[in-house]
Amino acid sequence: MTASLWVTRLIAGRIASAVFTLFLVSLAVFAVSLLMGGDAAEAILGQSATPEALAGLRASMHLDQPAPQRYLGWLIGLLHGDPGTSLVTGRPIGGMIAPRLANSLLLAGLTALVSVPVALTLGILAAVKRGGTFDRVVGIATIGIVSVPEFLIATVAVLIFAVTLHWLPALSSLRDVDSIYELLRVFALPVMSLACVTVAQMIRMTRAAVCDALTSSYVEAARLKGVPPRRLVLGHALPNAIGPIANAVALSLSALLGGVIVIEVIFNYPGVARLMVDAVATRDMPLVQTVAMIFSASYLVLVTTADIVAILANPRLRHQ
Amino acid sequence: MTALVRLSGLQIAACKDGGVTSIVRDIDLCVEAGEVLALIGESGSGKTTIALALLGYARPGCRITGGEIEVAGHRIDRMDEAALRTLRGRVVAYVAQSAAAAFNPMLTIMRQVIEPALVHGLMDRAAAETKARGLFRALALPDPDTVGDRYPHQVSGGQLQRLMAAMALITDPALVIFDEPTTALDVTTQIEVLKAFKTVVRDLGTTAVYVSHDLAVVAQIADRICVLRGGTVQEQGKADQILHAPAHAYSRALVGAAAPRVPAEPIAMPPPAPGEAPLLELRDIVAGYGGLDANGRPKACILDKVSLTIRRGRTLGVIGESGSGKSTLARVVAGLHSAAQGYVNLNGVPLASRIADRSREDLRRVQLVFQNADTALNPAMRVGQTVGRPLTFFHGLRGRTRAAEVARLFDLVRLPAAIADRLPGELSGGQKQRVNLARALAARPDLLLCDEVTSALDPVVAEAVLDLLVDLRRELGVAYMFITHDIERVRAIADDVMVLYGGCQMELADARALGSGPHHPYSRLLMASVPHLKAGWLETTMDPFAPVPGQAGATADGCRFFSRCALAMPGTCDLVRPASLVADDRLIACHRELAEL
Repeated sequence: MTASLWVTRLIAGRIASAVFTLFLVSLAVFAVSLLMGGDAAEAILGQSATPEALAGLRASMHLDQPAPQRYLGWLIGLLHGDPGTSLVTGRPIGGMIAPRLANSLLLAGLTALVSVPVALTLGILAAVKRGGTFDRVVGIATIGIVSVPEFLIATVAVLIFAVTLHWLPALSSLRDVDSIYELLRVFALPVMSLACVTVAQMIRMTRAAVCDALTSSYVEAARLKGVPPRRLVLGHALPNAIGPIANAVALSLSALLGGVIVIEVIFNYPGVARLMVDAVATRDMPLVQTVAMIFSASYLVLVTTADIVAILANPRLRHQ
Repeated sequence: MTALVRLSGLQIAACKDGGVTSIVRDIDLCVEAGEVLALIGESGSGKTTIALALLGYARPGCRITGGEIEVAGHRIDRMDEAALRTLRGRVVAYVAQSAAAAFNPMLTIMRQVIEPALVHGLMDRAAAETKARGLFRALALPDPDTVGDRYPHQVSGGQLQRLMAAMALITDPALVIFDEPTTALDVTTQIEVLKAFKTVVRDLGTTAVYVSHDLAVVAQIADRICVLRGGTVQEQGKADQILHAPAHAYSRALVGAAAPRVPAEPIAMPPPAPGEAPLLELRDIVAGYGGLDANGRPKACILDKVSLTIRRGRTLGVIGESGSGKSTLARVVAGLHSAAQGYVNLNGVPLASRIADRSREDLRRVQLVFQNADTALNPAMRVGQTVGRPLTFFHGLRGRTRAAEVARLFDLVRLPAAIADRLPGELSGGQKQRVNLARALAARPDLLLCDEVTSALDPVVAEAVLDLLVDLRRELGVAYMFITHDIERVRAIADDVMVLYGGCQMELADARALGSGPHHPYSRLLMASVPHLKAGWLETTMDPFAPVPGQAGATADGCRFFSRCALAMPGTCDLVRPASLVADDRLIACHRELAEL
């Protein structure tokens, strides 16, 4: 078997297992939405519900079909790119989610853009200067930040920068954004709050991976060849830390997905997560399920990408 | 002649738990230009620490605390880190013990080999690559023009070690430090690497410090030898003088341990009663990893139709290089690895293949002594308890009787009874291996599986453990399966010897017949590869890899040894698995006639 074929098969296997996992997730999401109890018909009719009205509404929303049949219909729809219609607004879910998803991706993307370079730089520096004052300060700071939940960070940040200092807006509405400056002002607080949590995790794991590589025999051998410190870290230790670092980044960014929900609610940001929170309140199950699937899929994409990066970065896997 | 390297009053200390312990004291050494000095000693003697000090380097936790270090006119002890950096790899180069660990797995070999030349700005990339290919050729590496494009995991351990030497020599350094460069290699590979090193060192007139614990290896390459122990010099002198007329008592002990052992007196055993089953019998064992194919063979076959018998109180030596399947064989007998085919009989009764299915009595009869006592003993448990547990488990002993029995066992392995209250971390390597042995003996087994039990020990200590094994056998009548890569050890202790190669049985012979009469070509190669304690032996020994043109590899059905065999017959050996030739005291798996071997 040629090397490239081997790698292709390895990667194809990873992707296949991710797709299979997503299928299992769809089962779980559907099952959990069944367990939540109550249904959209009750939520819509509220106090005025009569048994006849409920039955009629349920029939028109296909809620009277048995669960496996509803699941299959939903799954087939998803595969065709049609997640169905909202039970509450009656509008197609795809159309409801698209602009919100773009907003959420913008928020997550900006956070990643800020946090990944900061985390890698601080993590690598802490590893190089391990045991020193810098390392200890970074270590204590990351532990401190990891232990504080993001809603607290966000609330305190709003108190300081918006309420007391009036530097930044407390709510992140995208309606009156017409310049880069405005954009930065609007995103500063949510991005900062989200970045705090992800950066701390990434710093710790990057530091551990680079420390591991720096204490290896091959780095000692390179040092004894007279390799200068910068090249020692960037040329010898870092390539060996790429796999673990890619995984750390993927895990932290997927934790970001959970953080987005809280942050969007606090800053009243029109993203996909807030849509989900609203949908849960109105028992709009197709919408809840679709958003849950989007979150799961993004998580799997991140983790699978990290796996593939680790495979491609490792010559032992590249050249079997 | 002027001294190229001069150490005087060198002191190195280790800082641990706030305290400072001196690990190297008052070292005075000189190496003249073009000379090879060997630093020899057991683990902990400070030999690597001293060698690293020549690069101005101390491992984390250690510090050079005093003395003068001068190499090629540079006062290394007075240099700061930046100055040392310009020196390392250019004036002094280092060849590490395990090239497999010292090469960065993520970078191509060429990139790492030419790196010293590039970081010191000595030549451009093209010139460095040309020079590297020249060195690959001089070091007798296969495919010198393309080997640099590979990654470290794509070449063998012996080749990596030579590539590491090329990396050291690329800057024409004034001094090269070889730190146990052949210790991790099989004997047959060791010769190949030693020969390559010796040729380059001679042709380039390199000055070298060669660190080793193996006197016979050092005898081949060193001009002068310095014997170290506990961080101090015991004796130094010309290689001839140290090898043939050592003055210091410790040097004499080292030379004594390196000399071939006198085989133990054969132990008179009553002839087996007619019809009595052998203690252990293995028939056509096939074992490996991965799923089974249509023929019931594992995907990665580690043992291929291995058969053997061990009679009560006898010792079978199993010998082979790394990857030959010898440890898997012990694991199959111990029940830690299930065989795919074949059976294991104990006293004529089949043993369950999985340890979970074996009766307590079967477990008691077969005990495994692991190679590495450091990892085999529970570091949190006092050694008396480690030895006592099998006494409770197998024999129901408790309290006083158990303590008395533990004391008896420690006495048996020549350890003081007071040691029972210690933790493994407080014992020396040899003591730990004795505790390991006592733990196995506590079960009162009929068969001890000894897997490389002396490999991790220093030569002098290993000799003592071997003596102990011989004594125990005489006192207890226990049978051994003694697994090792060292044919000299096998010869000294075993009644019968089985030679494994690639999971196949090459030869089964009476140990006393080794070295005379016909032998399998691989057994011959093994015997010829053991370094002799004699300068010039390396030049006279046969080339173990006598290249046979057009002999690539055998088919899956052919002889496993085909590609390395000097007597191979293409057209036969690469296609058909040989049957066993039977002589009165040996079985040889070969297509040749007995008279040709």
